[in-house]
Amino acid sequence: MTSMLTRAVGAPLPRLEGPAKVSGAARYAAEYPQDRMAYGWIVQSPVARGRLDAVLTDPAEEDVLVVLWHGNAPHLEQTDDPELAVFQSDRIGYRGQPVALVVATSLEAARRAAQVIHLDIAAEEHDVELRADHPDRYTPESVVPDVPAVSGTGDAETALASAAVTVDVTYVTPPLHNNPMEPHATIARWDGQDLILYDSNQHPSGIAETLGTVFGLPAERVHVVTEHVGGGFGSKGSARPNAVLAALGSWVTGRPVQMALPRQAMFSMVGHRAPTVQHIRIGASQDGVLTAIDHQTHTQSSRLFEFVESASVVTRDVYPVPHLRTGHQVVRLDMPTPRWMRAPGEAPGMIALECAMDELAERLGADPLDLRLRNAPRHERVLRAGAERFGWSGRDPRPRRRRSGEWWTGTGMALATYPATAMPSTARVRALADDEYEVAIAATDLGTGARTILAQIAADELDVPVGRIHIRIGDSTLPRASVAGGSSGSASWGWAVTGACRELRSRGGREAVFDTTELVREQKEGQHACGAHFAEVRVSAVTGEIRVSRLFGMYDAGRILNPRTARAQFLGGMIMGMGMALHEESVLDPAQGTWVNHDLAEYHIPTHADVEWIDAAWLDEPETGLNPMGSKGIGEIGIVGSPAAILNAVHHATGVRIRDLPARLDKLL
Amino acid sequence: MRLTVNGAQHHLVGLDPRTTLLDALREHLHLTGAKKGCDHGQCGACTVLLDGRRVNSCLILAITQQDAEVTTVEGLGRRGEPHPVQQGFLDHDGFQCGYCTPGQICSAIGMLDEAGKGWPSAVTEDDDLLSDREIRERMSGNLCRCGAYPAMVPAIRQAAGR
Repeated sequence: MTSMLTRAVGAPLPRLEGPAKVSGAARYAAEYPQDRMAYGWIVQSPVARGRLDAVLTDPAEEDVLVVLWHGNAPHLEQTDDPELAVFQSDRIGYRGQPVALVVATSLEAARRAAQVIHLDIAAEEHDVELRADHPDRYTPESVVPDVPAVSGTGDAETALASAAVTVDVTYVTPPLHNNPMEPHATIARWDGQDLILYDSNQHPSGIAETLGTVFGLPAERVHVVTEHVGGGFGSKGSARPNAVLAALGSWVTGRPVQMALPRQAMFSMVGHRAPTVQHIRIGASQDGVLTAIDHQTHTQSSRLFEFVESASVVTRDVYPVPHLRTGHQVVRLDMPTPRWMRAPGEAPGMIALECAMDELAERLGADPLDLRLRNAPRHERVLRAGAERFGWSGRDPRPRRRRSGEWWTGTGMALATYPATAMPSTARVRALADDEYEVAIAATDLGTGARTILAQIAADELDVPVGRIHIRIGDSTLPRASVAGGSSGSASWGWAVTGACRELRSRGGREAVFDTTELVREQKEGQHACGAHFAEVRVSAVTGEIRVSRLFGMYDAGRILNPRTARAQFLGGMIMGMGMALHEESVLDPAQGTWVNHDLAEYHIPTHADVEWIDAAWLDEPETGLNPMGSKGIGEIGIVGSPAAILNAVHHATGVRIRDLPARLDKLL
Repeated sequence: MRLTVNGAQHHLVGLDPRTTLLDALREHLHLTGAKKGCDHGQCGACTVLLDGRRVNSCLILAITQQDAEVTTVEGLGRRGEPHPVQQGFLDHDGFQCGYCTPGQICSAIGMLDEAGKGWPSAVTEDDDLLSDREIRERMSGNLCRCGAYPAMVPAIRQAAGR
């Protein structure tokens, strides 16, 4: 039992690693000094498709220890990710693919040698452009995260044909890049047959297993240290080539090797959110009851790996309609592989669905809030609470009516939803002297507050103040944890920590270990966190500049474990959603087969100046039967629907529907 | 060559003349507080103070700064006592992953000094050089992908004594 005196869960506890982070003491992957450190620099393919025949190096380059390419690289074992098989073939599958690695005694020497290297490449014609009518498109078996690509109930086609009011629109979302502030980086060192990796990732246990496979080692011979991570947003969920390259370079040179990716390389080597073309049709009765939805997504993947951005999946869960059809088609192009980016599927899918709903409200002459209330009963409480806090009532639905000086103003809203899941994890609790405890689990804290929350959970379970809990995370030698992804970290790891603490208390002794695998298998399916986003924008009548004057999120995400870190998660998601609506876009150069704006000067993310009034609130109610904490994940829901709320507000302000993201000023003029 | 960092003078022997100030700090002096986010002066994560002014240390060659006083995040505050800007970031939860944080903090200190000298920004309209709008404008050279901006503004405001 937990006494009220020691209740830590629900308190706004400051982050445990805060002092280390503000003083520069917190160590990230590339920050572990090593004796005789060598530095890797990658050489990337300048063509999108072809064959690498030879690599010619300049013998005058000093301090170079080795140049590795497929002509001289050691054999690596296959994994389920072909991009980790670096230098195992002469084939080039995308522009930016690593084709050689220079290892030198200094960063400066490695970079210079990589710049002057000559690649003998037989280039071939490439195909890099996504089109909804691409002849090679196909329907995959499954889409992320391994759910059927196609679904259907009733007869959507007939229902749409006979619907009193319909919307039939296509929304296009561009490729987006995660761009965590810390570039993907690894320091690798071999200690006999053991591999030590200081690596920036979201899943130390998984990285150890994957690198073990690549080098033919049991996972326990690979030691992954991931003390602090400078963001990931999905791009660090699995091993990326930097880990393999560092280990390879270290194996060949016998020195510790640091392999930090340059920012530019992150646009091709670590994943991105694939572009989508989404055709959505909604049918409704004259009084605004939805009768049918058809949502079809066209997207792309690479030649190497099938990853399908599941944009239509969210439509299966938001509005219960009698006639529903969803599907995905993908085309494999000579482009880098898309991967997870914050709320894969839900984020782009909710833009099409919730902007189309706004279009339907306009057709019906209905209030957008009322249309949601009528058709999404599950969201009613959060919708009403959010609308009240934002001040939605009395809104004149007519677009392009409000102007103050240079600025048109408008408001918009959209729903938010994200699945609540947990994944198998194991935690260990040890009783130390003086009523103190060590809690150990191979989890990671990407800035989510995981370290702090796990301490709060353990403190309550053991009925001691948080200060008595010593948290150990970020190391693959600790009990196995699931990935910090899919908004599942707190649920998964917190469940294991709760179990271990309860075991220790009930059985006594010095140590308890708890594995949730069996419990997770029986977890309640189909639960979601839900919410609503509200936006107010102003648009310059002179320049078309769009400013978000207010952005508000109201959430129902079960029990909030720490309101301080939760608020940061919600606002951070909403701000990334603002980027998705207004700023972010990787621009394809079809001739070169690459994104031309591959750095932080040209790929625009929200800055301080872009964020004005922003706030989040929540209904703080434990969800029973989901996990012992009663929590639901909150890392992603902020980016789901917030872009649509902003786009709908832009329409309300200007009367212009932008269906091709991002909403730049040139699309308004 | 010599480099004065946080009040201590260092002698670096055989340093490659191509070495940036950022790489000299991180790889040679093991002061990894200043971060490498882009290496091109686009993100601000490497911000340090050079003779009190904020600079992107990735854009400066170390060898050109032998007579300068470099202050990194490790050199802020006094023993056991954080600098007011660091304290503001702690009090207001002005960070998530923490990777942009040392740059944000150094930048904020440089910015407060600039405002104190009366230097205007692109949005300056009146005498109030540290309104929230001014702080946001003046800090926009430091990117944060976690989106911790709304917590940094009150952190900086608090450090400014407002």
